[in-house]
Amino acid sequence: MMPETALDLETQIAFRSFNFYYGKYHALRNINLEIFRRKVTAFIGPSGCGKSTLLRTMNRMYDLYPEQRAEGELILDGHNILARGTDLNALRARVGMVFQKPTPFPMSIYDNIAFGVKLHERLNRVEMDERVEWSLRKAALWNEVKDKLRQSGMSLSGGQQQRLCIARGVAVKPSVLLLDEPTSALDPISTLRIEELVAELKEEFTIAIVTHNMQQAARVSDFTAYMYLGELVEFGRTDDIFIKPRDKRTEDYITGRFG
Amino acid sequence: MNTEHFSKQFDTELDELRSRVMEMGGLVEIQIRRAIDAFFSGDLDRIEEVIDDDHRINGLEVSIDDDCAHIIARRQPAASDLRLVMAVSRIVTDLERIGDEAAKIARMAREVYRRDRLVMPRLTDVRKVGEIAAAMLRDVLNAFVRLDAVEAARIVREDLTLDDNFRSILRQLITYMMEDPRTISTALDIVFIAKSIERIGDHATNVAESVIYVVKGKDVRHIAIDQLEREALAGGH
Repeated sequence: MMPETALDLETQIAFRSFNFYYGKYHALRNINLEIFRRKVTAFIGPSGCGKSTLLRTMNRMYDLYPEQRAEGELILDGHNILARGTDLNALRARVGMVFQKPTPFPMSIYDNIAFGVKLHERLNRVEMDERVEWSLRKAALWNEVKDKLRQSGMSLSGGQQQRLCIARGVAVKPSVLLLDEPTSALDPISTLRIEELVAELKEEFTIAIVTHNMQQAARVSDFTAYMYLGELVEFGRTDDIFIKPRDKRTEDYITGRFG
Repeated sequence: MNTEHFSKQFDTELDELRSRVMEMGGLVEIQIRRAIDAFFSGDLDRIEEVIDDDHRINGLEVSIDDDCAHIIARRQPAASDLRLVMAVSRIVTDLERIGDEAAKIARMAREVYRRDRLVMPRLTDVRKVGEIAAAMLRDVLNAFVRLDAVEAARIVREDLTLDDNFRSILRQLITYMMEDPRTISTALDIVFIAKSIERIGDHATNVAESVIYVVKGKDVRHIAIDQLEREALAGGH
């Protein structure tokens, strides 16, 4: 494998002394981490370690819940997105998210994609057609659905629905894609298609992925973060983490040992 | 490396893998000692036994390598487990080559005794280097089972002594050949035997490097010995 040089790495997202609370519960503790542009960063760790929580802070999903709050800095492209006055709609257009279970809207395949685009941009009919096709091609779904764009998104298989959600995510041309266990409800072949898609999408997008499947993290990511009990235990190149982790806790987790 | 896996079965498989390497290593060590003894005693039955038993070592190489492939396929080992399996696959190759060298020594010994009885003074040096090589193998297997990188580095250093001894034997034999050309055929056979012993040291060194890889996660092949020793002594779990 060709090792990239440090020159290829450009920080897009930086957590600095970042803490997160669910009410009184201190869920993320003093996180310092950099996520690099057009790289795939995987978050691994046992259930409850805070990896999904961390992912959801990057587009401030937690703002929907008043008892949840973040402290410290979370820099996206040079701006602290925790600052007051951050435009959340604009933020979520820049930082798209795909969830564990496919969540197509109960509307046609075409509208599933056009819906989000209309919230952010005014496109004419031709431009919208082009955008829908572009998104479906990016999500490697175009060839399977191009003749049935008016059918319901719910009629697709689970793997197709998940790719539809990815198409919906990329349709608004975000720069970051957050994937929260995107394949845990999918069969192995659909899983491999999503993984292949991740490899293609990173040409254009920065990707952060939470996964319970360590082999998946090893396969798809350039960088891996191991989290435990709300702390970032170890962050490094995926090749290093899976061959020679520095921390004993990381070693125990990825080799399947009692900590 | 001291804690157990959630999967007891996986622990058992890795233990089994380690003990099969030790079994193969033990067999190889016996082959070296028997080959050298047979060379000195001229016991032709012994010589034939060594040559015949080489296939057992070859069989173990294939079978242990197969175990490694199964563990990779079924367990997808990572980190220290992955390094162990990778190293075992390399180590059995080196052990098999050591086995070949033992068989070569036995074949050379057969040549020597077919031609004549052994009339070559000062062969104690060959016995001495044979003993060093067999001890290196035993020590490196212990370093493997104890995951002792420092001991492994010592064995790499020890190989330099073995190389020096080989060159000194070569110089002696050249002197004999020049003084009395009738000794040339036998002296050449002995050169080959000494060369085989020297190669055993090289393979034991490779095994030592694999041990350092398992323990430290650093590939120390093809680097200067001073740097190798620094890596072996460097901190880390």
